[in-house]
Amino acid sequence: MKKKFSILMALLLVVALGGCAGDTGESSGDKSSSATGEPVYGGSVVVGVQQDIDSLDPHKATAAGTKEILFNIFEGLVKVDENGSLINAVASDHKISDDGLVYTFTLRENVKFHNGNKVTAEDVKYSLERASGLLDGTALISTLKTIQSVDIVDEQTVQVTVGSANTELIYSFVAAIIPAGSGEDAEGTPIGTGPFSFASYKPQEGIVVKKHADYWQEGLPYLDEVTFKIINSPDTALIDLRGGSIDIYPYLTDSQASELKDSFQILAAPSNVVQALFLNNAEAPLDNVKVRQAICYALDKDSVNEFVMGGNSTPVSSAMLPTLKEYYVELNDMYGTGANIEKAKQLLTEAGYPNGIDLEITVPSNYEVHVQTAEVIAEQLKAAGINAKINPVEWNTWLEDCYNGRKYQTTISGITCDATPGYLLTRFQTESSKNFVNFANAKYDELYVKAQNSLDLKEKADYYKQIQTILCEEAGSAFIQVPPITIAMKQNLGGYKFYPIYVQDMSTVYWTK
Amino acid sequence: MKKVFGRLKQNKYLLAGVIMTGIAVLLALVSIFWTPYSTTAMSAAEKFDAPSFRHLFGTDNFGRDIFSRVMKGMGTTILISTLVVLLAGAAGILIGALTGYFGGIVDEIVMRITDAINGFPSILLALVVITLMGSGRQNLIISLAIVFTPSFVRIVRSEFIRLRDADYILRARLMGVGKLRILFVHILPNIFSTFWVSVMIGFNNAILAESGMSYLGIGVQPPDATLGMMLSDAQGYLTTAPWYALAPGLSIVWLVLGFSLLSEGIRRQA
Repeated sequence: MKKKFSILMALLLVVALGGCAGDTGESSGDKSSSATGEPVYGGSVVVGVQQDIDSLDPHKATAAGTKEILFNIFEGLVKVDENGSLINAVASDHKISDDGLVYTFTLRENVKFHNGNKVTAEDVKYSLERASGLLDGTALISTLKTIQSVDIVDEQTVQVTVGSANTELIYSFVAAIIPAGSGEDAEGTPIGTGPFSFASYKPQEGIVVKKHADYWQEGLPYLDEVTFKIINSPDTALIDLRGGSIDIYPYLTDSQASELKDSFQILAAPSNVVQALFLNNAEAPLDNVKVRQAICYALDKDSVNEFVMGGNSTPVSSAMLPTLKEYYVELNDMYGTGANIEKAKQLLTEAGYPNGIDLEITVPSNYEVHVQTAEVIAEQLKAAGINAKINPVEWNTWLEDCYNGRKYQTTISGITCDATPGYLLTRFQTESSKNFVNFANAKYDELYVKAQNSLDLKEKADYYKQIQTILCEEAGSAFIQVPPITIAMKQNLGGYKFYPIYVQDMSTVYWTK
Repeated sequence: MKKVFGRLKQNKYLLAGVIMTGIAVLLALVSIFWTPYSTTAMSAAEKFDAPSFRHLFGTDNFGRDIFSRVMKGMGTTILISTLVVLLAGAAGILIGALTGYFGGIVDEIVMRITDAINGFPSILLALVVITLMGSGRQNLIISLAIVFTPSFVRIVRSEFIRLRDADYILRARLMGVGKLRILFVHILPNIFSTFWVSVMIGFNNAILAESGMSYLGIGVQPPDATLGMMLSDAQGYLTTAPWYALAPGLSIVWLVLGFSLLSEGIRRQA
C-alpha cells in the first residue's frame, strides 16, 4: 500500500514538473530547444509530416508541406536563417548594384553536390535560367521572372541582371541550385547541395534523406538519416509518438501538447501561418461586402484562440505576421477580437438578408486545428443568424476543388509566409494565380505594384500597411489568428530550431548522450 | 397486457432487451424535444469537466455537455439504423419474394449480384458509395441500405423457396388465387418469425456500421452529434478526459447489447 502511494506521489511530481517545463518553453519562445547533454553524431530520426509532397523538383514544388522537407536537400545562393534574415549559402558573398538591377554573386569554394561534383558557375547559371524561364520560356518560380540574363563572369562569379529593381527580390535567390542539365531528372533523382541527400521516396509513406558528408557547413549535420513519415491523421500521430515510431512531430494541437508534456519535450513558437476563414468573394452571397463584414463581426477570435489554441495564438485581422514588425499594422480594432453580433445582424439586414444566410465551411479534414476551428466558428456564426454547415474534405480534394478550382463558399485553412513581407499579400491581387478567394480591388492592385517597385523601405512599408487595411476593410476574408507552432520531441533530442518560415531544419538536430 | 408481462417474466432475454432498448429509445425520443443542455453551445469555463451531477457524463473539449450529445447522438444513430433496416428490409422482401417464388434465370442473376455485394467488406462498399455520391446523412442511409439488402434477400428468398411448394400454397394455387396474393398474403405472414430475428441482427449491424462510418469521418457531419463521431473526437483525449470516449463507447455497447438481447428474446419466444 505504502509503495503504491509513493509511486502515485512520484507520478504527481512528474506531472507537476512536466507542466512547468511546458509553460516556460511556451512563454519564453526560445528559438532553439534547451536540451541538456552533449550532442552526439550519428543516429537517425523519424519526423512526422502532415501531407504528401507535390513534387521533388525544387523549382516546381509549391506546397508548404513539401518545401519544409526540401529545405534539407536543396540550397540556393542564399538561404534564410532562424531569425528570418538571409545568409549566404552556395554563394559566399553577394552584391547588389545601386540601381538594384545587377546582382553579383561570388560562389563559395568548397560546395559540393550530393553526387560529389563541385558546384560551378555553370550550374548556377543553369539553375537560375531554369527557374526564371530563360531556358524554355516557362518560369517555374514566378518572382524570378524579372531576370533578364545570367552571365558567368569567371569561375567563381555570376552576374544576374534583372528588369526592375525590387528590394525583396534577393529573397527569391533561395531558389535551389541543381547540377547543370539535371532538370529532366529532378523529379526522380533530386540532387542538391543541402545538408542531407535524397535517398528514397514512397508516395503516401514518406521520404528518406541521408547525411551529406561534404556539406559546406563544418560539423553539420549531426544525424546520419532522417525519415519524413507522412501521417494523415493527428490521432495517429499521437499514437505513433507514444509508440515510438516517430521522434519529432511538429504540428501538435494544444490539447495534444498538454497530453504529451510528461513524456516529451514540448516546444512552442509563433508560426508563420495566418489562419483564416477564407471567403470566396465571387460566390453569392459573399460577393456582397456587407455579408463578408458581417461574418468578420460575428467571428469571435478570442474564443477560437481559447478553445483551439489554449490561448497561445495571436489574433490578426489582415494578411501579415505581427512578427514582421516594420510591415505589420494593427487592425484588430476594425472588427474587434470578440464577437459583435448586433453589428453583424445589422449588416446582414442592410445587405438584404434579415433572416440570415446559409453558409458552407469546407475544411481539409487532415488538419485537426482547422476542423476544430470550424466547429467553434459554426457555433459563433449561428448567433448572428448565419447557419453554417461544415464540410470536411480530404486534402487532395481540398487542393483541387478549393485552392485550384475555387469551387467553395468558405474554407478554413492557413496561408504561409516566407521571409518577404509581400508574400502573404501578393495572392490577393485580382489577377494572381494564387488568389483563391477571388478578391478584386483595383486600389489594392495599384498599391501592391507601388509597394513592389518602391526602393525606399519606409515608403514600401507604408504601402504594405495601406493594402493590409484595404484587405481588412473590404473583408477579403475573415482573418483569425497566427497559431503557435507546438512540437513534441523525444527527451534526448536537442538542437531543434524554429524558423520564421515553414521549414523543418534537421541539420542542427542531434541525439544527446 | 397481463399476458405480455407474463411472457416477459418468463423470457429473461426479452425482458432485459426491452428494458435496455426501451431506455435508449426513450432518451433518443426525448432528445428530439429536450436535452439537459444545448448540444452545440460551447463554454470555455467548462472545458473537460469530469462527470458530476451537473454534467452527468462530463463535458468535452469545447465545454459541451456530453450527456446531451450522447442523447442526440443515440437518436441520430437509431434513426439512421431504423431507416437503413426499413429500406433494406423492404427491398429484401420484394426481391427475395419474387426471386424465391419464381426462380429461373432472374433468380440466378440476382443471387450472383448479391453474392458479389456480399464478397466486399460492408464498410468498404459503403465507402465506395459515399465517395461516388458525396457524404451526408441521406447518402449514408442509402449506401448502408444497399450494403444491407443482400442479407435480407437471402433470408426471404430461402423462406419463400421452402414455402412455395407447401401443401397450402399448392391448394391456394389450384383454387386460382392470384400470384401477388399468394406471395404477400399467404406466404409472407408465415416467414415473419424468421424475418424479425434477421431484422434485429440487421439493426445491430446497422448501428455498428453507422458508428464506424461516422468514426471514419464520413456520413453525418459536425456539429451534429453521432456516437461514432464523438468517439473519434474523443480519441485524442483518452488520457486527459477518459469520460469523453467512455460515454459514446458505452452507449454503442448498450444499444447493440439491448438489440441483441431483444432479438434473442424474440427468437426464443417464437
